[in-house]
Amino acid sequence: MAHTMLEVRELSTKYVTRFREDVYAVDRVSLKVEEGRSLGIAGESGCGKSTLALSLMGYYFPPLHYMNGEIVINGKNISGMKPDDVRKSILGKEIAYIPQAAMNALNPTRKIINFIEDVILEHEMYVTKKDIYDRAKKLFETLGLPAEVLQKYPVELSGGMKQRTVIAVSVLLLPKVLIADEPSSALDVTSQKMVIKMLKQLMEAGFISSMIFITHELPLLYNVVDDIMVMYAGQIVEKAPSHSAVFDPLHPYSKGLMGSIIVPEKGLRDVKLTAIPGVPPNLKNPPMGCRFAERCKFVRPECRVSSVSLREASDGRVYRCIIPEAELREAYAREEHKNDK
Amino acid sequence: MTSEKKIYLSAKGITKTFGFGRQKTVAVDNVDLDLYEGEVVSIVGESGSGKTTLSKVLLGLINQTSGDVYFQGVKRDISTQAKKQEYWKNIQAIFQDPFSSYNIFNKIDSVLLDCINMRGGRYLPREKKIEMMTEACSFVNLKFEELTNKYPFELSGGQMQRLMIARIFLLKPKILLADEPTSMIDACSRATILDELMHLRKETGMTVIFITHDIGLAYYVSDSVYIMEKGRFVESGSADGVILTPHHPYTRRLINDVPKIYEEWDLSTV
Repeated sequence: MAHTMLEVRELSTKYVTRFREDVYAVDRVSLKVEEGRSLGIAGESGCGKSTLALSLMGYYFPPLHYMNGEIVINGKNISGMKPDDVRKSILGKEIAYIPQAAMNALNPTRKIINFIEDVILEHEMYVTKKDIYDRAKKLFETLGLPAEVLQKYPVELSGGMKQRTVIAVSVLLLPKVLIADEPSSALDVTSQKMVIKMLKQLMEAGFISSMIFITHELPLLYNVVDDIMVMYAGQIVEKAPSHSAVFDPLHPYSKGLMGSIIVPEKGLRDVKLTAIPGVPPNLKNPPMGCRFAERCKFVRPECRVSSVSLREASDGRVYRCIIPEAELREAYAREEHKNDK
Repeated sequence: MTSEKKIYLSAKGITKTFGFGRQKTVAVDNVDLDLYEGEVVSIVGESGSGKTTLSKVLLGLINQTSGDVYFQGVKRDISTQAKKQEYWKNIQAIFQDPFSSYNIFNKIDSVLLDCINMRGGRYLPREKKIEMMTEACSFVNLKFEELTNKYPFELSGGQMQRLMIARIFLLKPKILLADEPTSMIDACSRATILDELMHLRKETGMTVIFITHDIGLAYYVSDSVYIMEKGRFVESGSADGVILTPHHPYTRRLINDVPKIYEEWDLSTV
């Protein structure tokens, strides 16, 4: 059995607003990432994707608060650790995080190499600047970035190049797990492809052992990761291998999400995009029963009574719905039949 | 040119430059565009290719350096404010950023009320106005009762963009220019916006210019597609023709670089 790199058990976190209201952003999420695997997290904006990423790293700064659950990164339990300790001993070495606007993290008044020196000197004491330069140059060359970038200021680089530079810097200390939170959403398609290629390269070359990739662009997710986890209103609603998650979703929400995929391929124009009506629930006081009940086509009275737990389907995936697998499939088939007419 | 369809808007040799001397940038370079009645046209290009500049010229928000825009066969004249307002009765736009499209000090109903007033409904009784606003909101699946007395920041991006479509429903322009209407919205609400936009087009039969960087989106909505690179159209034609059998290397690259799900996405070509 493969070595487990990251394991999260029943993690719950909340935001506390300035009016002392609790917003339950992540609700009892359990996940496991094994060595050499990548996990994708999908979901609409506000469903808790980014909050989950921050929570995974133990990076709890107000208004984000830890409630309960366990986070184990490469054998180290970090739940309950202070954010400052996490930053010193875990971040960068065990787990690295690329935020959405990572390229804005570069200081415009300093060269890239100075930024790299800062990162390394924070974690290692006795290194010379020459060593750092050699290390950075070697890393950049392996990743296909020109070494001249090191001597440049951020303003001299294009958006895609800046993003790739930040990704390269994030793996300098050889973290085990890399969390990429929409690393390509602000870039055009060509730069996006370069970023994705680089992330794949990192996995293959062994700079990182596992990756968590967060985005709402499903075609992208499908091409990058091994498993897809769909989130809705702070909960996992489905977790499956990427092929079955995209082509054969089980949960009604994932079904709706996969129905909104747009790709420039033959046959797209004949497909009718399915939109999910309504808005997600307010997480200040989440509904008693299923959180998706208000927007679900197949809603039943018992959906709203008590909370729904995850259940396993015949092919090993998990989903959160009270309707059994066979009945769901039957309902989808009927739905398709109706559309064909 | 003989065609059964009427040309609504046409642009001849539009050029727009910014700056002088060494600083000179040609944003739009000698572009010709013909827009037929009831057609959906997409202009696709990467950031910095001049799509938004071209759309601003077509809207009359900025003046072109050279070239002319003809509206229904007549040369467009927007030299005075009154003439501009007359022109804007025919062409309206939805912009990229829903959060900056609204006046933050005005309530939502005033946005829709302005549209009614602009279309000569100023002296209608109040009940009639509310009825019209309710109709427009229900067209985009919003509830007018929930929106009254709300400020724009209280809505989500998707709701704001749908309200923009409700505005267009009240204004009923002949041409709608949609400048990246879904790029700030996540993939899930995108389908809703597109559906409503296409529903509106079917209902009113208006002409739509759809500006986007997402080639898949362009393929989904439009009849014909123009591919723009560095201020020029490099390829144009029917949507099926351009997307499924691209000829220009730039178009090919654009299509290649978009992640796909049915075919394999080739990562080696960057």
